[in-house]
Amino acid sequence: MANDAKVNQSNKNAQYLTFDLAGEMYGVEILKVQEIRGWEAVREIPNTPDFIKGALNLRGEIVPIVDLRIRFAMDNIEYTPVTVVIVLCVDTPTGNNVMGIVADAVSDVLDIKVSDIKEKPNLGSKIDTHFMRGMYVSKGHMVMLLDVDKLLNPEEFEGIVGLG
Amino acid sequence: MSIDMAQFHQVFFEESFEGLDIMESGLLNLDMGDVDSETINTIFRAAHSIKGGSGTFGFSSVANFTHVMETLLDEMRDGRRQVTQSAVDVLLGSVDCLREMMTAIQDESEVDEARVAEHKQALETELNGSETPVVKEDSTIAPEPSSSIPSNDEPTISGWKISFCPHTDLLKTGNDPVRMFRELAELGDLEVIVDFQGVPTLFELDPEECHLSWTLILKGDVARESIDDIFDWVEDECDLSVQSLSAAQSGIDEAATATTALETQAPIEAPKNSPSASTTEQSETPAPVKTPSKDKGASKAKPPAAKASGSIRVDTGKIDTLINMVGELVITQSMLSLVGEHFSLDKLDQLKNGLTQLERHTRELQESVMNIRMLPISFVFSRFPRLVHDLSNKLDKKIELKLVGEHTEVDKTVVELISDPLVHLVRNSLDHGIEMPADRLAAGKPETGTVTLEAYHRGGNIVIEVKDDGKGLNKDMLRQKAIEKGLIDEGTVLTDKQCYELIFMAGFSTAEAVTDVSGRGVGMDVVRRNIQSLGGNIEIISELGVGSTMAIHLPLTLAILDGQSIAVGDETYIVPLGSIIESINITDDMVNRVAGKGETFRLRDEYLPIVRMHDIFHVESAKAVNLIEGLIVVVEGQGVRCGLFVDDLLGQQQVVIKSLEANYRCVEGVSSATILGDGSVGLILDIPGLVRLSNQ
Repeated sequence: MANDAKVNQSNKNAQYLTFDLAGEMYGVEILKVQEIRGWEAVREIPNTPDFIKGALNLRGEIVPIVDLRIRFAMDNIEYTPVTVVIVLCVDTPTGNNVMGIVADAVSDVLDIKVSDIKEKPNLGSKIDTHFMRGMYVSKGHMVMLLDVDKLLNPEEFEGIVGLG
Repeated sequence: MSIDMAQFHQVFFEESFEGLDIMESGLLNLDMGDVDSETINTIFRAAHSIKGGSGTFGFSSVANFTHVMETLLDEMRDGRRQVTQSAVDVLLGSVDCLREMMTAIQDESEVDEARVAEHKQALETELNGSETPVVKEDSTIAPEPSSSIPSNDEPTISGWKISFCPHTDLLKTGNDPVRMFRELAELGDLEVIVDFQGVPTLFELDPEECHLSWTLILKGDVARESIDDIFDWVEDECDLSVQSLSAAQSGIDEAATATTALETQAPIEAPKNSPSASTTEQSETPAPVKTPSKDKGASKAKPPAAKASGSIRVDTGKIDTLINMVGELVITQSMLSLVGEHFSLDKLDQLKNGLTQLERHTRELQESVMNIRMLPISFVFSRFPRLVHDLSNKLDKKIELKLVGEHTEVDKTVVELISDPLVHLVRNSLDHGIEMPADRLAAGKPETGTVTLEAYHRGGNIVIEVKDDGKGLNKDMLRQKAIEKGLIDEGTVLTDKQCYELIFMAGFSTAEAVTDVSGRGVGMDVVRRNIQSLGGNIEIISELGVGSTMAIHLPLTLAILDGQSIAVGDETYIVPLGSIIESINITDDMVNRVAGKGETFRLRDEYLPIVRMHDIFHVESAKAVNLIEGLIVVVEGQGVRCGLFVDDLLGQQQVVIKSLEANYRCVEGVSSATILGDGSVGLILDIPGLVRLSNQ
């Protein structure tokens, strides 16, 4: 899918919001971002995978929050004042879902030429990359661009193996 | 100036469907012997509005069709035609047909032209066939031999005999018969015979009145429509009958009538069944039925998506209350901001008063907003007289339908979702419950069976009952059937209640043969699922030979719930207040362990399983681990009882139900979420789900 998009819109620009997660840079399409808010306590939902931190009241809407560190099987850290929740609007087979992801900090908004997005690396069977859209190099740093529609599909939450 | 008419379409459709309902109930209420002119007027007005509306919006097929109905009704209204059962049946069929046409137009799908033509034909036959009011019953149902054939190849008929008898004020409306005859003459060979008999003497004669009547013989290949076109403008101002020449000349051959009656009756019967058959089939596997009903089932499957965002008609009184309430709220708000502007401690009382007022207004406002969503259950009940009328005819049973408590108000969503299950239950009562008249007499019951639909409030619930005085459910037979179908084992011991509940199992049907009405065994399990999806349950009370009652319990509203907050460690959960029976402290000697694991406790004469909330929800912060440290909340859901072991009870509050699935998905043991007073999220527990969880 990413390949098709690349061919069709190779000259177009896309904006990505980048954030920091354990020293690694990740990016999500800015059009998917609904808002960014500081971390606050959430209500735990019982019997859900660990990376579902719980649910948040977002102006009357119940929004599930995913901790990407746990999702990617990284080290767990304490939440700090700069810990943020990025609220995303996700296209799922059942419709539009609003979900939040916890990130260490928000960094930047990048203007990326679609043709500059590199193929996602093949890391073998150990690391699942199917929810990555590609890679981008910004000022010498590597940014991993995430496909949030695949990453945050509630139907796929069961039995997920970490990314790294 | 151009106006986008499309914006009014929705309103038109709503009004038309309402009109159709009015016509339907009017027709059903018509008493053959003693016809109430007001009822006919009501039906006529409804038909007329639909005709007018559809004409305006350019739905000419609907307009034309309604026009024929209207003509027939008009003659009944003026007393020129007797109201016969056959005419009413034809009209009812046409109402169905019209409803289908409207639905098709609304969905922008294909209108079934063949059916429309068929019904139009039936109407026209009724219109012409029984010109003399007292006609034999069967000849009115069966179209004249000649006109039944032309439905396929009309133009081949060699000519028409038209008797045209204008009302006296025909000329005043600017219609000139001469011009019409001239047009007719262009269609074919025209012979005009004029009847002078009605002309008064010269002294009494008003030159502006028309006292003549004509018999016109038109020979040639002329389509019926072209004749109708010419008389279109004067149809309401004359008595018109158009007969094909072959019929008029050969006279009506009894034998011919009889044979064609058989042929033509079939297509009339078939569509009459289809609407009722298809209503319940929407969600089920389309069974091999006749093609017309199957087609309809398919086309009906689409609309729900479009209808989901439907509008609602609200009593203006309710809106006025709402506006008053908002007005007071605004006043309270401005008062509070005044207090807040220069606040000093001596204004504390004022502030408190203001807040109390604010609280009261908010609550009232909430109540009246919820009230807007409430509709009387008669919206659902009103379709049943027709259903019972059609079905009892078809089943040859005598059945009286009683409606009780139609004004009970329920949530709009409930109204929309409960009608299919109800239709199913009523059809079952008619088909399986009520016996044939002879059997009833033999059993010492009145010949006419009674089916009662009753709605009433009980506690926070609304109860809808479908009651019949039929033969009741036969426990032993149900059991036997279930064993035959392999649904239960030979040795299974069932209580009476469990026996009755067998009928809710998928693939269970007691009907000897699969009929059009019921018996495919796909129904009752769907009924129960639908009701459960509304948060309700269904209960069966039955006595062999006396009758059965199906009672549906539904929550009053689907948006707000009375809840009891419970604490488990740091977590707060909400238990629906309605499902709590009691809360108790238990001692160790009340607890029994089964195989060292499953815990039960004795509550009076019952042993109930204990569901440890902190265990099944993996709450590590739970304070109470020993059963004596916490509380047992005895709850019931869908017939399952258990004791929830929790840390503490917190308080009762009304909570607004929020969907957890909207952004996430269904979580076992949790029915939905809500926002608590402090703005955090609370989870509402699903009792049957919890029991399932603890059994795993």
